[in-house]
Amino acid sequence: MTGGTHVYDARGVARILETAAAWLLGILWVLPLLYAFWTAFHPAEFSTRLSLFAPLTLDNFVKAWHAAPFARYFLNTFVLVTMVLVAQLVLVTLAAYAFARFEFPGRNVLFALVLVQLMIMPDVLIVENYRTMTFLGIKDTILAIGLPYMASAFGIFLLRQTFKTIPRELDEAARVEGCSPLQVLWKVYVPLARPTYLAYALVSVSYHWNNFLWPLIITNSVESRPVTVGLQVFASTDQGIDWSIITAATLLTTAPLLIGFLLFQRQFVASFMRAGIR
Amino acid sequence: MTRTREWVYAWLLLAPAMVLLVLFTHYPALANLWHSFLSTPKGSRPAVWVGADNYAQLLEDPIFWQALQNNFWYALGTIPVSIALALLMAVWVHGKIAGRGFLRLAYFTPTVLPMIAVANIWLFFYTPEYGLIEQVTKSLGFASHNWLGSKSTALGALMVVTVWKEAGFFMIFYLAALQSMSPSLAEAAAIEGASRGYYFRRVTFPLLMPVTLFVFVNAVINAFRLVDHIVVMTRGGPDNATELLLYYVYEIGFRFWDSAYAAALTMVLLVILGLTALFQFLVLERRTHYR
Repeated sequence: MTGGTHVYDARGVARILETAAAWLLGILWVLPLLYAFWTAFHPAEFSTRLSLFAPLTLDNFVKAWHAAPFARYFLNTFVLVTMVLVAQLVLVTLAAYAFARFEFPGRNVLFALVLVQLMIMPDVLIVENYRTMTFLGIKDTILAIGLPYMASAFGIFLLRQTFKTIPRELDEAARVEGCSPLQVLWKVYVPLARPTYLAYALVSVSYHWNNFLWPLIITNSVESRPVTVGLQVFASTDQGIDWSIITAATLLTTAPLLIGFLLFQRQFVASFMRAGIR
Repeated sequence: MTRTREWVYAWLLLAPAMVLLVLFTHYPALANLWHSFLSTPKGSRPAVWVGADNYAQLLEDPIFWQALQNNFWYALGTIPVSIALALLMAVWVHGKIAGRGFLRLAYFTPTVLPMIAVANIWLFFYTPEYGLIEQVTKSLGFASHNWLGSKSTALGALMVVTVWKEAGFFMIFYLAALQSMSPSLAEAAAIEGASRGYYFRRVTFPLLMPVTLFVFVNAVINAFRLVDHIVVMTRGGPDNATELLLYYVYEIGFRFWDSAYAAALTMVLLVILGLTALFQFLVLERRTHYR
């Protein structure tokens, strides 16, 4: 993430103008968030009136927290995100290993079949997947939210690329030592692919923390709703137009992700970059 | 290992992922095609073969055409703008600029937040009378306007949210590509006396082409895949002005419970995504030189 000076950096007046434009855009970009913070941390009467003397308060957060079972929603999201990530890591590792280092009939066809999911994501197959979940009898469970996403084509693709860059000599050396293929995977490939795993994990966690439409469809109770759906149910039914409380709830539900992002900004950005280069 | 053992081993490694993929991607895509030729089962009456009836209904459904048209404008309005902004942002935060850390953070933050949450924030932004936009326009002496409530501006208002959310995400890919570009290219061009604009047009931009195509394909998919903000902000209204295809599928399938017609609508979506895949296969895979 180093930039340094470049030959073609803007100079003189152009530089001032560009810096100003970049800042204007940056301020525009954070404005909605700043406004949300303002509204959430001030009493309702100041939500539309910007005043230096507005008193700060945590009241809106307290009210929001008590107005809906957010603790339960958080727990559900936590369970969902963990379950999906663990399943993905295991399935994706095994499949990527097979594609990267094994010769077998049907390899290209199967890989093409995997890539289909990059285009036709579970997000658009809601009608049929709903039918399947009803058939399996697991409608309205956290498992049903996560199941369609557990075999991730994106993850298989990403990890296969990484595994392919690992020198075969390491692999062969480990086999000479008497390691089974699974031991080789565990002792050679997995440790060397750690940055890819981190990148994939961050992308996956933020995707499933944020996912909304499918969870909205497949869940119907407090016991299974993730926090995004909980927020929507809360904002659309109970609150009328008390924006201070809705905004507080909104910030509340995004807080873990936002704090995580601010703390691990570098890793986040680097991970998204790594996930994008193929 | 013998060859056969290696085959079996590989298949066993693949099996768990393939089973889930087939179950939740390939099977539903095919089942969806099948169900689009059946009627919706009602009560004790099971689904029966109706041929192309659902598709005939689709052709005569004005809301479907409106949704398709909206989706087209939505894609056309959001994709070029977010790509252009992403490129601009990447060039800015790649170079030496005052406050680079803040700018990177500012541009990228919307990306990590849930669409559903930012939609709530923007809903408040757009609120007539109270919202920040109204506050600003009112203080400048403009008349009050309900951005999300009027047919002419609702879709545009949603596009703004999408661009705001997506540009920072695409910026990352450009930034990654810019950082992997050799600085000696720029030095050589500078020695040859190429101007800054010329260098960007003739060197940087062409070199970024694979990224642009990659980002473009992703943006197209997103334009048809992501409708969370519609649920929060407009529910397809006013008067279907913000009806997008996937949201219409959701309404037909899970509010009117007409699963057969929803299946036919989903097929349209699948065809569009299939064409995007074909485009990517034909153009992107051929031109990409960094695999």
